[in-house]
Amino acid sequence: MTKVFIGMGTCGLATGAGEVKIAVEKWAAAHSAAIQITRTGCIGYCKAEPIMDVVADSGHRVSYGNVTPEVAGFILDEALIRKNYKLDGLLGQFSNGKAPLPGIPLIDEHPYFRKQVKYVLRNCGVIDPESIADYRSHGGFKGLERAMGMGPQDVVQEITRSGLRGRGGSGFLAGKKWELAQASKGDKKYVICNADEGDPGAFMDRSILEGDTYSVLEGMIIAGYAIGADEGIIYCRAEYPLAIERINKAIDVMKAEGILGKPMKSGFTFALRVKKGAGAFVCGEETALMASVEGRRGMPRPRPPYPAVSGLFQKPTIVNNVETMANASHIMREGAESFAAMGTQNSKGTKVFALTGKIANPGLVEVPMGITLREIVFDIGGGIPGGKAFKAVQIGGPSGGCIPAEHLDIKIDYESLKSVGAIMGSGGLVVMDEDTCMVDMARYFTAFITSESCGKCIPCREGTQRLYEILDSIVSPYAKMADEEENLLRFNRVLNMEGLAQVIKDTSLCGLGQSAPNPVLSTLRFFRREYEAHIYDRKCPAHQCKGLLTYTIDTNACTGCTLCAKKCPTSAIVGEKKKAHYIVDEKCIRCGTCQDVCRFSAVSVS
Amino acid sequence: METKQYAKPVEEVIAKYPKSREHLISILQEVQAEYGYLSRDSINRISDYLSLPSSKIFGVATFYNQFKLKAPGRIQISMCRGTACHVKGSLNLLDTCRQMLGIEVGETSKDGLFSMETVACLGCCSIAPAMMVNGRFFGRLDKKKVEYLLDTWRASGRVEE
Repeated sequence: MTKVFIGMGTCGLATGAGEVKIAVEKWAAAHSAAIQITRTGCIGYCKAEPIMDVVADSGHRVSYGNVTPEVAGFILDEALIRKNYKLDGLLGQFSNGKAPLPGIPLIDEHPYFRKQVKYVLRNCGVIDPESIADYRSHGGFKGLERAMGMGPQDVVQEITRSGLRGRGGSGFLAGKKWELAQASKGDKKYVICNADEGDPGAFMDRSILEGDTYSVLEGMIIAGYAIGADEGIIYCRAEYPLAIERINKAIDVMKAEGILGKPMKSGFTFALRVKKGAGAFVCGEETALMASVEGRRGMPRPRPPYPAVSGLFQKPTIVNNVETMANASHIMREGAESFAAMGTQNSKGTKVFALTGKIANPGLVEVPMGITLREIVFDIGGGIPGGKAFKAVQIGGPSGGCIPAEHLDIKIDYESLKSVGAIMGSGGLVVMDEDTCMVDMARYFTAFITSESCGKCIPCREGTQRLYEILDSIVSPYAKMADEEENLLRFNRVLNMEGLAQVIKDTSLCGLGQSAPNPVLSTLRFFRREYEAHIYDRKCPAHQCKGLLTYTIDTNACTGCTLCAKKCPTSAIVGEKKKAHYIVDEKCIRCGTCQDVCRFSAVSVS
Repeated sequence: METKQYAKPVEEVIAKYPKSREHLISILQEVQAEYGYLSRDSINRISDYLSLPSSKIFGVATFYNQFKLKAPGRIQISMCRGTACHVKGSLNLLDTCRQMLGIEVGETSKDGLFSMETVACLGCCSIAPAMMVNGRFFGRLDKKKVEYLLDTWRASGRVEE
């Protein structure tokens, strides 16, 4: 039977993978061909979604990108009937141990994949995430088997030796955390997998959960065995319906197969369940997450006691990120050495990043630690589209910082990133070009934190609010300010901004507050000029801050076609037909519609 | 989410959950899935069921972004305000929706057709800017596409599956 693989993660579905599947089914019916369609997760090259792979009779699997329903039929015609694989949208063929098809490049040689090392993501986009048999045939549950053959102590040792650090953000040694929980005495212990991926601009965990569901669950069972827990909880965002559906299916299958809910050979029994999050960024913090699982408001509490000693329902608990859990299952299968062989002295293994923003090839990339930022942005990501200049990347989301062009050659590892005021974070990497205003970015992140602060401790609740007000006043037009005194106060606040940020950092209760001022501090550090341009010159160099923009119509270029006047939502454009038009500044809301609709490029902004 | 014509009573919806606080969030999610929002009456009934003060339930319901205390429209727009979408101009798209629908974020249009909210991140950053409408994802948006979609939905009164 002919096999066809279609990438049907959330991104794939949003770009029309569902329609492609229907087209393939129609084609099969029309040609009375038996085609087995496998829905895979995300392979990471999101730019080319929807992606479809066709398996030739010879067993070679060839991948095509940007497949529309019409193109799908054409590809099947050519590849299956005429045996012609060299088609538009060709990404490459998978290596399968046999001699490759002549004239078709290997997908590993594709510029997007060449520098990537697939450790955690090895199965994503390759296997059917809903098939336990497919997972098994790709080495699934070998890690669990090996763990069962060792004592819990040895499992913890193995994880410690691998040098795996928590992939959720803090970078705490996973083995150390497990060791603490193992040493804690208690009749009941819990394993929690943190899949509350709240960082705006990050989707690594979603992709792993959707594309290789079983590897995460296997990692959790191994963790449970290692620390002596009998219950695991996956705390997953409600915004990831597909991931939740797949986890639930996988749990049911594992129950039916006796992996969950029944004693295994060693007598160890484990149960798993999903807890849907309800949308609160702070629940990514482990103590807040546990409060949420207990059915309360997700507010953090001071540590110690650490969760490993007293966590969920006051029982010893470990909380690990999705990527950490998936890594653990691969480490147990392949041994600590192969993992520790990758990366740098203190940061071992690989890291998955969600590469987004102003970049030619957005998507999911997995790179070995120690790779430079330049390689990620330019070699893998393909640089900045539209011939624009690179400005910075924001790494680590609202808790992280920005890295400007002069530090492009920085190595990606926990310590190096810290040295420039950024953090590894969970893996969001948002690329910004010359059109991005850094003050606006800082304001954006601060607004996010302000609305997500749980309100428990004062520095975070009040401090971030004040910080936001200061940033907002920087980007607001002066005319709206009440009087001279107000203006002076404004300057005064701007001067105090850095101090305020430091106070929030030093005195907040949890990681959310302590890292909340990072975007402000790091943009201040690298882009002070831009702040000064906003404050002293009342200009936004990137033309992003609406309050500081002025739209004008070039009277020479304007033909008086009246299009802009018709489209203007506030009727701020006046002028007679066939004569130059004018913008009434007081009425203008800076929506930019006139600039978009003008066919003569007569509208300029400054 | 279409409002179901014969919605089950709250007690029936939540009967499968044990009466312990641990399940409060799941219960609220289940009730919201059934009714589209959490009414004052539903909260009181949940309070009776769990023997937990309504104030505590209200506290939890207002803490999390997911819970709505007002009835949403038949077409629920969730505009993504994640970093990647922000960099790619989701704020302008939000303005477009605002202007076309005549409602603010968190409001429902008078005819009960549209409601609009923002979400922190939908997790499809690679196809930014994105929005979710009645559980369906729409990516690589621009002003024209949003205008087209809104017009289509307004004319047909529904979002195709």
